Amino acid sequence: MINATTALKAESRDLNFFYSNGNQALKSVSMPLYENKITALIGPSGCGKSTFLRCFNRMHDLYPGNKYEGQIVMHPDNTNILEAGVDPIEVRMRISMVFQKPNPFPKSIFENVAYGLRVRGEKNNRTVADKVEEALKGAALWNEVKDRQQDLAFNLSGGQQQRLCIARALATDPEIMLFDEPTSALDPIATANIEELMSELKSKLTILVVTHNMQQAARVSDYTAYMYLGEMMEYGDTDTIFTRPTRKETEDYITGKFG
Amino acid sequence: MTTETLKTKASVLENLVAVRAMIRRHKRNDVIFAAIGLIALMLGLLTLLTLFIDLVMDGYSRFNLEFFSNFPSRRAANAGLLSAWVGSVLVMTVTFLTAVPMGVAAGLYLEEYAPKNWFSDLIEINVSNLAGVPSIIYGLLALGLFVYGLGLGESILTAGLTLGLLTLPVVIVSTREAIRGIPVAIREAAYAVGATKWQVVKDHVVKYSQGGILTGVIIGMSRAIGETAPIITIGALTFIAFLPPTPVTEVAPFINFEWLSSGFTVLPIQMFNWLSRPDHAFHTNAAATGAIIIVVTLLMNGTAIYLRYQIRKNIKW
Repeated sequence: MINATTALKAESRDLNFFYSNGNQALKSVSMPLYENKITALIGPSGCGKSTFLRCFNRMHDLYPGNKYEGQIVMHPDNTNILEAGVDPIEVRMRISMVFQKPNPFPKSIFENVAYGLRVRGEKNNRTVADKVEEALKGAALWNEVKDRQQDLAFNLSGGQQQRLCIARALATDPEIMLFDEPTSALDPIATANIEELMSELKSKLTILVVTHNMQQAARVSDYTAYMYLGEMMEYGDTDTIFTRPTRKETEDYITGKFG
Repeated sequence: MTTETLKTKASVLENLVAVRAMIRRHKRNDVIFAAIGLIALMLGLLTLLTLFIDLVMDGYSRFNLEFFSNFPSRRAANAGLLSAWVGSVLVMTVTFLTAVPMGVAAGLYLEEYAPKNWFSDLIEINVSNLAGVPSIIYGLLALGLFVYGLGLGESILTAGLTLGLLTLPVVIVSTREAIRGIPVAIREAAYAVGATKWQVVKDHVVKYSQGGILTGVIIGMSRAIGETAPIITIGALTFIAFLPPTPVTEVAPFINFEWLSSGFTVLPIQMFNWLSRPDHAFHTNAAATGAIIIVVTLLMNGTAIYLRYQIRKNIKW
């Protein structure tokens, strides 16, 4: 079912990951990430899906002692982003991330979105303002905040804050965007907004999303990977995984018998 | 059927009575604890308040402009605080300029850059311990290091550096506490858009911890301003009838540093000096000085609370 015409954006090859306490959280995980598609990672708590997601922007490097083995190769440049010679900052400039809980900075709406541009040394105020507007539009937040961009981000509602975080991640024009359970702290309406937004965003970039919510995976993703105990149990296009999973474990998890 | 219902109703009522009695009993403990707490608080507060009122009553006759503009004198009625308060201001300036940059930089380094291992644990224990070391020990250290070792003499610079040392651990500890209060999620958000460590520190860590750092600085300084023991140890003079050279001059380069090496006195030393005189009239001066030191300390702490509130107002997490 995997469409041969879709280009590969990145892939993990035999990825092992060890936390500083020696726990192996990922065991030989291999998975493709197709361009302009949404790939969902599902699995019970503690299965390693967030750990896997956070390998893609080298977030684990922030904490000493964590260790990667194997590769995550990005295309078309064939860079193994886990290689010691590749600066994690370079990786984060290409792959942005949206977190579980909205985490805006205690700054204005404008400065939140502009921050990625500021760290890239963008000095031209016109350029910054244009990109901020573009990102806020891309995150479907522009109409709500265009007249109060200097307000504090904390004054927005939870759903708006999460869209602000998406705008912040979008402003720097990333190749891949990672979502770590982006709607778990939101109400159903805000969740629906975020899901709609993700479907719109995939025309511009590639998305990898961790979700606890099976319906969400079924609704938004093109491909789904089921992980369990740090291993990739099954990967395939979402329809197949949800209707005709090949493994019993996957079926049990999806139907709620387990997990 | 009816009797059954009634029975149930009766038992519900009975139960309700028991529950209400229990809640009353439990609430009595609330009242008892609140009373004990209030008494404890009042004991401390009232003692301090009595002390303060006593000082004010003893010294109020000196609360006039001359008291601030006169040098110390052999006649109690003419004696003033001029050299002492100018000395305090200059010494605290040196303290501020040394303790704050060093303390904040050290705190930032320990929290953000230093590898976490047994050595950093050792440093952490020592820094916290330093905050509790008796101030006279700092005085001895300063006497050996600044006065004799570096040859700085019994000067404003020596005193400022000594009190700076004393304040340093307080600033380091409060800087670290303030930094630790910043949620991991905010840091990760900054790193996730591609910020370097320094960008995270300068754009986020320092900005969001300002309130806590400032509070620590002011509380440390308000402790230092009343310190007497280390200042006596380094040999501050107790009778100074001159002012240090002024830091700002009328001719270029408009600033001079001679005041740093000048002899000096400070408020608590002046108070100590007056207190040790047999003539009772000087005790009035001492009481007035004590009241002034308390007011200054109170103002500094009040400022700390106000500034922290102002800075924290826009930060919610």
